[in-house]
Amino acid sequence: MKLYCLSGHPTLPCNVLKFKSTTIMLDCGLDMTSTLNFLPLPLVQSPRLSNLPGWSLKDGNAFLDKELKECSGHVFVDSVPEFCLPETELIDLSTVDVILISNYHCMMALPYITEHTGFTGTVYATEPTLQIGRLLMEELVNFIERVPKAQSASLWKNKDIQRLLPSPLKDAVEVSTWRRCYTMQEVNSALSKIQLVGYSQKIELFGAVQVTPLSSGYALGSSNWIIQSHYEKVSYVSGSSLLTTHPQPMDQASLKNSDVLILTGLTQIPTANPDGMVGEFCSNLALTVRNGGNVLVPCYPSGVIYDLLECLYQYIDSAGLSNVPFYFISPVANSSLEFSQIFAEWLCHNKQSKVYLPEPPFPHAELIQTNKLKHYPSIHGDFSNDFRQPCVVFTGHPSLRFGDVVHFMELWGKSSLNTVIFTEPDFSYLEALAPYQPLAMKCIYCPIDTRLNFIQVSKLLKEVQPLHVVCPEQYTQPPPAQSHRMDLLIDCQPPAMSYRRAEVLALPFKRRYEKIEIMPELADSLVPLEIKPGISLAAVSAVLHTKDNKHVLQPPPRPAQSTSGKKRKRASDDVPDCKVLKPLLSGSIPVEQFVQTLEKHGFSDVKVEDTAKGHIVLLQEAETLIQIEEDSTHIICDNDETLRVRLRDLVLKFLQKF
Amino acid sequence: MDPECSRLLPALCAVLADPRQPVVDDTCLEKLLDWFKTVTEAESSLLMLQENPCLVELLSHVLKLQDVSSRVLSFSLRLAGIFAAQENCFQYLQQGELLPGLFGEAGPLSRAAWTVPTVRSGWIQGLCSLAQHPSALHFLADHGAIDTIFSLQGDSSLFVASAASQLLVHILALSMCSRAKGHSGPVGGDWPACAQKIVGHIEESLHSATTPQVTQALNVLTTTFGRCHSPWTEALWTRLNPLVACLLERDPIPAAHSLVDLLLSVVRAPVFSSSDCGLWETVARTLSCLSPTQAGPLAVGILKLQHCPQELRAQAFGVLLQPLDCVLKAMAQAPGLPGLLDGAAGDSMMEDTLLSSKSACVGLLCRTLAHLEELQPLPQRPSPWPQAPLLGAAVTILRFCDGSAVPASSMGNHLCGTLAGCVRVQRAALDFLGMLSQGTSPQELVTQVFAVLLEYLKSPDSSPTVLKKAFQAMLRWLLSSAKTAGCSDLSRHTVLVLRELFPVLQKRLCSPCWEVRDSALEFLTHLSRNWGGQADFRHALLGSEVPKLAWQLLQDPEGYVRASAVTAVGQLSSRGLHASPTSPEHPEAQQGLLSEFLHILSEDSEGFPRRAVMQVFTEWLRDGHADVAHDTEQFVATVLQVMSQDLDWEVRAQGLELALVFLAQILGQPDPHCPYAVALPKAAPPGLLTEVLQTLCRVRLFEFVFRALFDCDRPVAQKSCDLLLFLRDKTAPCSHPQEAGGSPDSASMEATLQRWRAGEQGQPLGDLEPEAVLAILGSIDLEGLQGMLAKSSDHMERSPQSLLKDMLATVHVLEENEADCY
Repeated sequence: MKLYCLSGHPTLPCNVLKFKSTTIMLDCGLDMTSTLNFLPLPLVQSPRLSNLPGWSLKDGNAFLDKELKECSGHVFVDSVPEFCLPETELIDLSTVDVILISNYHCMMALPYITEHTGFTGTVYATEPTLQIGRLLMEELVNFIERVPKAQSASLWKNKDIQRLLPSPLKDAVEVSTWRRCYTMQEVNSALSKIQLVGYSQKIELFGAVQVTPLSSGYALGSSNWIIQSHYEKVSYVSGSSLLTTHPQPMDQASLKNSDVLILTGLTQIPTANPDGMVGEFCSNLALTVRNGGNVLVPCYPSGVIYDLLECLYQYIDSAGLSNVPFYFISPVANSSLEFSQIFAEWLCHNKQSKVYLPEPPFPHAELIQTNKLKHYPSIHGDFSNDFRQPCVVFTGHPSLRFGDVVHFMELWGKSSLNTVIFTEPDFSYLEALAPYQPLAMKCIYCPIDTRLNFIQVSKLLKEVQPLHVVCPEQYTQPPPAQSHRMDLLIDCQPPAMSYRRAEVLALPFKRRYEKIEIMPELADSLVPLEIKPGISLAAVSAVLHTKDNKHVLQPPPRPAQSTSGKKRKRASDDVPDCKVLKPLLSGSIPVEQFVQTLEKHGFSDVKVEDTAKGHIVLLQEAETLIQIEEDSTHIICDNDETLRVRLRDLVLKFLQKF
Repeated sequence: MDPECSRLLPALCAVLADPRQPVVDDTCLEKLLDWFKTVTEAESSLLMLQENPCLVELLSHVLKLQDVSSRVLSFSLRLAGIFAAQENCFQYLQQGELLPGLFGEAGPLSRAAWTVPTVRSGWIQGLCSLAQHPSALHFLADHGAIDTIFSLQGDSSLFVASAASQLLVHILALSMCSRAKGHSGPVGGDWPACAQKIVGHIEESLHSATTPQVTQALNVLTTTFGRCHSPWTEALWTRLNPLVACLLERDPIPAAHSLVDLLLSVVRAPVFSSSDCGLWETVARTLSCLSPTQAGPLAVGILKLQHCPQELRAQAFGVLLQPLDCVLKAMAQAPGLPGLLDGAAGDSMMEDTLLSSKSACVGLLCRTLAHLEELQPLPQRPSPWPQAPLLGAAVTILRFCDGSAVPASSMGNHLCGTLAGCVRVQRAALDFLGMLSQGTSPQELVTQVFAVLLEYLKSPDSSPTVLKKAFQAMLRWLLSSAKTAGCSDLSRHTVLVLRELFPVLQKRLCSPCWEVRDSALEFLTHLSRNWGGQADFRHALLGSEVPKLAWQLLQDPEGYVRASAVTAVGQLSSRGLHASPTSPEHPEAQQGLLSEFLHILSEDSEGFPRRAVMQVFTEWLRDGHADVAHDTEQFVATVLQVMSQDLDWEVRAQGLELALVFLAQILGQPDPHCPYAVALPKAAPPGLLTEVLQTLCRVRLFEFVFRALFDCDRPVAQKSCDLLLFLRDKTAPCSHPQEAGGSPDSASMEATLQRWRAGEQGQPLGDLEPEAVLAILGSIDLEGLQGMLAKSSDHMERSPQSLLKDMLATVHVLEENEADCY
């Protein structure tokens, strides 16, 4: 069993598991942090961004000045943003049989895999994962395509040139594999390969393994996966949460008794408690708005935003913010808000029960109804008519490199009354802000990551007790910034196996059993013999028939009638010859009775010696000894075959044959 | 016993003796026993039994019956014990063989009922009441009761087991006291037989290898030394000390908690203040043998003693300091900072405890901090008190908890992982830190304290309870820092802290968690109460959004927060610090704070904000707040009108407080020490008095106060009564009831009051004249009313007659119900 690790990002995993005869890809996350090296794509012509000076080498050489621009002391690539793909060279991706998707954040690289590698398999995901994943992709494509950029920089990627660049460009990894965003057509084609599954549904893969999605509690439709054969069980835990937020709670019990547990997608901010962060978010939002400032929340169009809106729903009246407008701007804002209300079966119990009242499960419906929350596909159009300040704007993209957020950063960045509150943990907020410096706007970092923290993981592992744990290497050491925090790593016995990008792990467990079916008529012919209470044995002669990873024992063909005596075998003859087998023996030899029998048969000088493992019966006259041990009996006599056969028959009398 | 009860008793005894009439409510039986106890304390039990033969009949009847209920059986045992406490009565019951029947081996002991814990408990309590005289001791010895008590020490019911231990102590004391008359204590092996048996049993138990038995013995001894302070206890300790010391040689030490309790009980006993008997040596050994967790309570107990050898105190203090010393060592300390302990003794054991598990580590630290916090204010606290290292340790622990510590040692790393985010330790450390503000600390550390407190207040991860503690600690440190600065202005450093503090306070006032908003408002109230006059503070406060936010919280959806906001804004306003919002969202701002508060008082659906408003109003009136002072009469009239019909009795009571303040202001202060003192009132001059009374009539104070006099809530009525008494005594010289009594005004008023008293409170009192008021004041029996109100509300129902009647009535009701069924 092998694990091919195609992504080094712990929360955007992409691994391939070879298990029995199947090749299963576990998630295909897309690392978007690469976009932080690019200049933002402004929706409205920005004189500041379009007039940035080109960057030149120390010696004044300016051949890169078209590709690289200097902005606030940092160097950015002036080009269409590019993403860092999972490894495509480590394993032939056309051999992947299936792709299992855990949640909508972990499928963003899907079009790259399904459309450009010769992939012919099936993708499995839940319905909300597919629908919201589609929204995320649609938003991403839209953000990038609506600001067409003629230029695509590639010179700087040359290894010799990259060495000369300042950090962080110099240290960017795998730049040659960075790709531009996919198109909507590719998205549609990729998503058409998805087959929908429900929690606890069992899906057979070629009869070899069975895969089952389980609720993971992190997002709408998010799942962990069980991959099991009859005797082996591998659990794949991706983004999971034990907090009470909107999705169905995590199913932990089904993860028990795994041979291997692959653990990814833990919280990226292990020291921040989501509740505290929500409090921080609300307080800062209220303070800003009360002072007449605007609040900008860069976010994804689905996920934590639902919880934030719910918190605000409860909070705004108490904080006297009832008159402050909330705007949600995204090409998919409407769909996201609507979709969240129709996936009742994927919601937590509280929200599910609302549906029967009937009430919308999320209170943002009421916010929309009362005009407190308004949503728009973009800043163009209706929004500009309705726009009223001070206000709160939720919009993407959290990287601050594309999407409507770029416009608000440019618009509000100059006033210290305004605040930008970062809630998504995927991007370093300082790096995200780099091209907007100097910034007068206040910046608050309240990352809300509801995924498992290390305390929860250690409890989970204690409860489900997997034999082996496999995880990204980042989880086996404390975070670099807090190297003394020995509590911020996975602590289990045996120690977790760690992986890094482009590594192949041989998983430490051997398959020992295989399930074989037995045909009824063959079973009928068996005569079990009880050798110990509760244990019966029967000798089976049969033909093992293997097809589609299923093994069946069939009755043997009748002994061949052709008694020509010649050993003949044709190549096409797949029925093996059946030899007449010697009977199997069982039982133990009672030494005293055996000695009496020997004496009865004329052996007079029998002596018995006890050994550590059993007895030795000595026939001194015949210079013969019989070793009787628990699992073997040996007759040792010098070339006296007759004597040996006589003795053998006497021994056999005490044993059962079948 | 009064004749009425005597008359009822036979019927009651018959009911109790009748198994077909079960006593449903056993609290009645408890009350009955209490009553009998009171009666026997005042009268002769023998006489009572002779006058009420039904009682003895009941006891003998219970003995004969096999199917008597366990409740009645237990009751009878306890009742017999109460009677037999008097020696002559004991003899009387002995004659009838009643006592052996009840407490001997042939009694309940051998019956199936013995399996019921209530019966066993009744047996023990009966014996405990009975064992008051030497005859009782013989009785116990003759009937083998002591052995039964020994076995009951291990009873499955904790109540029974504990009562058995107590009884043993009681018997031991009785036995020793009856012998001790004339002896100063047992000489050599000369112990009374009964005492010898008990002490022998204790010795045997101390030798036992099973921990529960050792625990039992230690518990008996603990109670003995706690209760008996006669000289013989010294002999007892001398005899048992070696055995107790032997326990320390076992591994693990059995029943360590009980051992600590015993030693503390012994060292506190006055007998040992002069003599030693090897006690201190045993205590010192125990301190060094016990694990750090177990030794803490012993150490703190020793340090609280008034007299104790200095070396032992030092050792005990060392035990308490060890965990914190470990914490300080785990963190690479800045050079020059003194450690807590010099030696490294015991360090490894301490480290083991701290490292063993999260719960052990957290428990030990919390307990240590709580112990030290307890010691700090005591006069006998260890001296010199290591203020600086303790402060350092508290700050370090807080840094471990919020993950900001960067330790160099592996121990530190481990502590960091264990304590990160631990709310229990954070709370304990913040309490401890707050307490340390009392001492004098080096400026460098004070800076660290403020830094860590600000971090806690800022941190989004601080839980609401931690934040509350952090606010409290911050308040104590701020106030103490101003004290040490010694001048009227705040120190430069404090001003810097304030500059950082107000943005945090602003954020916390906007918290979505109401507990946090509430703590922040409380903090603001306290701070402005203390520093309202400080220019620096005023400047920093007015420069922030805090006053505006506090005002906005008057509309908070949570009642508690509204109440705290009222108090805070009221306080700010008293100090001239409140900034009424000018935004168009708050039209009420134009009308001022007073009308806002009146609005809350009349409209708020919850009691807390209304109570808070009344408190603020009272304070304003007392302090002469500008909004009030310009027309006090109008203010009082309005407030009384708004709150007089409030549903919350505390609001009405506070209203009376406000009325009293007003009264005092226009009449002259009542004695400040006792506001309701009636002893030596200084009468007001008559001219002024009429004027005053007219004012009181104008503000309709009397209508409110008289109504309150018949309030259904006793505290309100009491307060009103006190107020009227005060007023009457002030007006006494001018009142001429014979002149005013006949006026039609006072007659109609009296009629109205009569109706109010009868519960018809709807009718208004109408306009009053001072004369009528004086007449009424003279005619109401205020003293009588005061006496009535002073009695608890159930004083009528608590009489023994009513108890007996109730019990009989219940039975009859049951009977009737039964009849209905058929």
